[in-house]
Formats: sequence, C-alpha cells, structure tokens
Amino acid sequence: MRNRIGPALLTAHLWLVLVFLYVPIVVMAVLGFNASPLYALPFQFDLVWYKALAGNAKLIDAGINSIGIAIVNTAIATALGTMAALAFARYKFRGQTVMQLLLFPPVAIPWLVIGTSMLVFFYWVDIKRGLFAILLGHVALSLPYVIVVVGSRLATFPRAVEEAAATLGATPWQTFRRVTAPLLAPGVIGGALFAFAVSFDQFVISYFLAPPGVTTLPVEIYGAIRKGFTPEINAISTIIIVVSMGALLLTARFYRFGGER
Amino acid sequence: MSTVAVTDAVKRYDAVAALDGVTMTFREGEFFGLLGPSGSGKTTLLRAIAGFVSLDRGQVLIDGQDVGGVPVHARNIGMMFQNYALFPHMSVAENVAFGLEVRGRPREEVAERVKAALAMVRLGGLEQRRPKQLSGGQQQRVALARALVTRPKVLLLDEPLGALDKHLRQEMQVELRRIQRQVGITTIFVTHDQEEALTLSDRIAIFDSGRIIQEGAPMAVYERPITKFAAGFLGEANFLQGRVTATEPNGLARVALEIGGEASCKVADGRIGESVLLALRPEKITLSTGIQAGLNALRGKVLDVVFSGNSTTYRIAVGDQVMTLFKQNLATGTVAPGSDVVLSWSPEHLVQVTP
Repeated sequence: MRNRIGPALLTAHLWLVLVFLYVPIVVMAVLGFNASPLYALPFQFDLVWYKALAGNAKLIDAGINSIGIAIVNTAIATALGTMAALAFARYKFRGQTVMQLLLFPPVAIPWLVIGTSMLVFFYWVDIKRGLFAILLGHVALSLPYVIVVVGSRLATFPRAVEEAAATLGATPWQTFRRVTAPLLAPGVIGGALFAFAVSFDQFVISYFLAPPGVTTLPVEIYGAIRKGFTPEINAISTIIIVVSMGALLLTARFYRFGGER
Repeated sequence: MSTVAVTDAVKRYDAVAALDGVTMTFREGEFFGLLGPSGSGKTTLLRAIAGFVSLDRGQVLIDGQDVGGVPVHARNIGMMFQNYALFPHMSVAENVAFGLEVRGRPREEVAERVKAALAMVRLGGLEQRRPKQLSGGQQQRVALARALVTRPKVLLLDEPLGALDKHLRQEMQVELRRIQRQVGITTIFVTHDQEEALTLSDRIAIFDSGRIIQEGAPMAVYERPITKFAAGFLGEANFLQGRVTATEPNGLARVALEIGGEASCKVADGRIGESVLLALRPEKITLSTGIQAGLNALRGKVLDVVFSGNSTTYRIAVGDQVMTLFKQNLATGTVAPGSDVVLSWSPEHLVQVTP
C-alpha cells in the first residue's frame, strides 16, 4: 500500500507545479479573446484586441525592434560564444580558469546593476543610447549563456571521432564541417535559443539604453501597463508565448534527431 | 602493401621520455604487436606513425618516405580506436563511405566499395543502422571496414579489442587476423594484453620506459627472453639467482643456485665466479615425488594448490624462495599442500636474463 502512495503523491505534486505555472498564462490568453476591455465576465469571444493590435503602430514597431535585436544578438553571441567555448575546451592558456570563472558572475549579478554600469560606461566612452548600444548590452549578457551551454556539450564531445576523420583523409575543414559541427549542433542551437530568449526578454538593459522614441517590446509593454491597459497586452503576450513555445518544441525535436551521444 | 620504419624516435613530455630512441622496421604485410605496460611508449609510437604526435627527434618513414611534414589526413593510413570512434550521427554505410567521400570518389564507386567492405566484415544488411543500435562486436566490424575501405598503406590498431568481453574478443581476434591476411595490409597493433599479442602477431616488440626491450617472433621472445622485464611481462617466470662454478665440455655452465642446489644452463660468458640471473617458465617444471634432488632438480615443499580445470597452479617453497609451477592435469588428483616434492626441468628451459 505504502509504495503506491509515494508515486501518487509525486504525480500530484507535479500536477500542482504545472497548474501553478500555467493557470495564470492560460487565464491571460483566454482573456485576450474576451470582448470586455475591463476583463469583465461572462466570457464573450471576440478578436477585437488582435485587430486593435494590428493597428497599434507603436507596439508593432517595438516588436520589430525586439525581434531584430534578438536575431542579430543571437547570430553574434552564438558565433562568438561557440568560438570561446571551443577555445576553452581545446586549448590550454594562461588565465584560463580565471576567465572561465569570470563567465558566471554576469549571470548572477542583478540586471539593474549591470544596466546601470553599462549606461555609465557607454556614456563615458561616448557610445550613444540607441539600438546599437542595446545590442552591445544584449550580446554581453547572452554570451556567458552560450559559452556555458556549448561548453557542456563539448565536455562530453568524443575527440577520437575527429582523429578518426583525420585518419580517413578528411582535411581539418572537412572534419569540422562533417563531424564536429553536426555533433556540436544541438549545443549550439541550445545556446542560440538562450541568446534569443535573453535578448527578447530583456527589459532592464533595454530600458536604460533606449533613447526617447526607441523602444523594444518589453519596454513598450511596461509603458502600456503603467498607463492602464486593455486586453491588447494579453493578445501580444499570447503571440509571444506561442512563438517561443514553438521555438522550444522545434529545438526539442532537433535534439532528438541530432543529439546522440 | 607498405613498409614502415622508425629511426631513432624521441618524444619527451616535460622531463618524461615517452619515446627514448626507438628504431624499428615493420615489414610488408606483417602483423606487428607493440606490447608493454601503460606509459611505456607503445601508444606514443603508434600515434607518431599516424601523425598525431610529432617527434622531437628521429623519423617515421612510410615506404622509405619521411612523413614528418605530412599531416594525418594526407598519410593514407587506416586506424582503429579503442572505443571505435564511429561517427554517431551517421549510419553504418555513411561511416564506411566517409573516407571515400572526402577523397571525392564518384558515387557509384563509393556505393560499390562500401558494399564490398561491409561484406568483408560480414555486416551486409545493417547499412542503415546507427552505431548505437549495434553491439560492441558489430561496431568493431564497422570500424574495421571504415579503416580498410580507403585501401590505406598501413593499418594502426590502438587496443581495438579492449572494450569487448572475453568471448567476443577471441572471436574478433580470429576475424581480425583473417581479414588482415586477406587484405595483406601491414598492421601495427598496440595492446597491453600479452596473450592477444602472442595470438595475433607475426612479430612483437616489448616496450618499457620508451625503449624497445626485445623484438622478434612471439615464440622466440617468449622462449628466450633477454631481460628480467621481458620474461616477467610476457607470461610468468621464476627467477633464480646463481653463480657459475664450472664449465662443462658440452658448452653449458654449472651454476650454484642461491636457494640451494645446482643447475646447468647456457650462459653468455661463462667465467667462473660470475653471478647470473636465470628465468624458468612455470610450465617447464616437472613436479615429482619420490625422486632424488640433484642437478636440475630441487627439493621443495608444496605451499598451496589452485585447481583451474585444465591445469593446476602450485606454489612451492624452495629454500627461502617461492616458485610457481603449472601442471597440465593429465591425471586426476593433485599433490596435497605440505608434501615434499622435487622440481626438475630440462637445461634448455633455464634462460639467462639481464636483471
């Protein structure tokens, strides 16, 4: 009898956690399809907030900024981070341990502190607030995530397969393209996903480094909430969730195909 | 088919010499076993031939050509690794095809040669499997097919059977030897398993501390070890210390053994009074009861007896030394511990070794 209670409790606990996580999201998404601007019930299905969203140039501009920055950030941070992770894994050099340790504090330091220091530093070296400054900030923030994720993949990377490729006549470039890159891909994609999420989600840094008139989606949503808001926010949030969940599922699928040990 | 030669190879890692002046020749088509404890330099030598290790001094010659400046991928070698190192993201057929594809061979030729290579290792029908869907022995065969399909000049094996269980290992030894003979490729094989080296090799070399201790045909090295290390590493041996007391007309020397008794054997330089170290294999000793001790026959007392089916291992106290003896179980029954016995042997089995 006792050995049945344990698993049952665990299952119940799991469901409780999932409910705790997802109920607010589901409620938020459902209310985005409700006609009432005051979130009043009873529920009455309407796409009015999605239509309003389509006409909201400020939110759309902010969305375009956010996606653009996130994409460029992902490309830069993933490339630089993968190279750094390869260097950490493949070479021995002076100060390696210290440098590797220094990767972690930026993940732990409150973004508020980092944002303030960046603002001060950029002012000091005369980098104007704007999309470029925001991008710099995002790259700096997401780089450690990419290095750690790709690095963990490299830690279990079987080096002998690269040697095997060389003995079979593959040049270093052929070896990288046909053996190293495909085996490393799940790690790189995981790192890229992190880089995208860190950037797309980033509020504090963007808020500090954005000049008047330039906003990103989180900054714009924050502004809208302060002014008092309509279910339009629910609509945009739902879209964001659907897109990021989609990306996540896609990655999970890719992992299964390319991620053999 | 190719010859491989190494001349005066030296490789140091900090203060430790992994290779300390190794010169040797691997003949066309021969199966050569490099044997030694870990850290003795055998793997370093294999990796130097492959091109993964660059020598501090000396040369690697393939067919007379110094390959010192030739990168791994241009050396035209085949190599099998300890854990096979198959490409996990490719199918069996893709693994085998890899070496041909990077050489830019035409598609039809690749397909044909992959098929032939897989047939050779008896893996036809598994082309589309992934490596992790195969058993250890099958992965082994894929690795062999992949290494041979490019028709390399030399096949290098880095403890390729180490990860297999005993039964499969013996099966693969036979298979490996069959395929090697069929292809006729010069094969260099690193192992720390002495039995495997004896079974597979045409010739072997025993390494210690970056040097070759002895090389030759397995039986020659086993029967006539020249150093104490070689005698003790390859098989088991009893070591007897003695002093030359006389020379006999038949060319043998009379040796007074430290543990008591007398033996006759061939020594390098039979000066009277010279101290010699002699090795005696446990299976060369005859165990008797009821005969007299004398020349080449020592009295001892049985300490313990280990029965292992086809043979029995005795440990016998002779003087203040313990000697080991293997006896084929021709008859039933063993000699009981505590019995007084006489150990005897034929003089040609007592081999002088350097300490």
